[in-house]
Amino acid sequence: MMVYILSFILFLVGLYGIITRRNLIKIVISLSIMEFSIFILLVLIGYIDGGIAPIITDQVINPTYVDPLPQAMVLTAIVIGLATTAMLMAIAIRLYRKYGTFDIREIKNLKG
Amino acid sequence: MELTISILLGFMIIGAIFAIHAKDLLSSVIAAGIVGYSLVICFLLLKAPDLAIVQIVVETITLIIMVAVVIDSTREELKVKIDTQQIINISLALIFMLVLVFFFARAIESLNPLGQHTLRMASAYVGDPAAKTGSANLVTGILFDFRGYDTLGEATILFTAAIGVLTILRIKGKK
Repeated sequence: MMVYILSFILFLVGLYGIITRRNLIKIVISLSIMEFSIFILLVLIGYIDGGIAPIITDQVINPTYVDPLPQAMVLTAIVIGLATTAMLMAIAIRLYRKYGTFDIREIKNLKG
Repeated sequence: MELTISILLGFMIIGAIFAIHAKDLLSSVIAAGIVGYSLVICFLLLKAPDLAIVQIVVETITLIIMVAVVIDSTREELKVKIDTQQIINISLALIFMLVLVFFFARAIESLNPLGQHTLRMASAYVGDPAAKTGSANLVTGILFDFRGYDTLGEATILFTAAIGVLTILRIKGKK
């Protein structure tokens, strides 16, 4: 149970960062920290004691595999996380060029 | 196993807290790298080699993008004054976190302890059906055969994000 609680604490740290920080870069970093905590939680749920990696092999007789389904889902989520992070960084650099700061309090002007 | 993962998660939490509170944006980005690369080690320990490979590539690309953005703009963190707005934000964050802790404490009761997981849905993918896909790697078999539409959606999202990044970086804004 300890590991589940620790990964949830990691999630809370990311959430705290998103709500309290005013720097766009730090908000993006906090978002990716929240993503990481969800990945580790899903993979932890699928772990089986004494299980081997889900790759079919002849060398182990009657093998137990760890659950491959969460791993497949997390693989998708990691790649989507890269896409969102790249998108957010592109928006951040555009905003910096327009306003000269990463401060979200200064970025109030919505005119294009 | 549980102890090793706990120590690594502790390092990740310390790295995350430092990343959020660092005075320099470049060290903040590097501290976010601690979290990502510790995740790679966790994946390797949890018998997920595919995830470790993907995560190490993705983390490196993310780090390069972030360092490029920070070097291209500014490294200084904003001066944070403790004003009313900040106090309201922090208390809102704490209330929100307390609510989440309450629901997590209820949700954790239905989870099995680490390592006691039983295959429910995945039992349809492991074993005999896996041989039909012709893939020795079960994760690849699930990703490209049983759940091919998920991968199609993932490819769509990647393509859309690439177009979005190109569009955002190309247009000239009005002054």
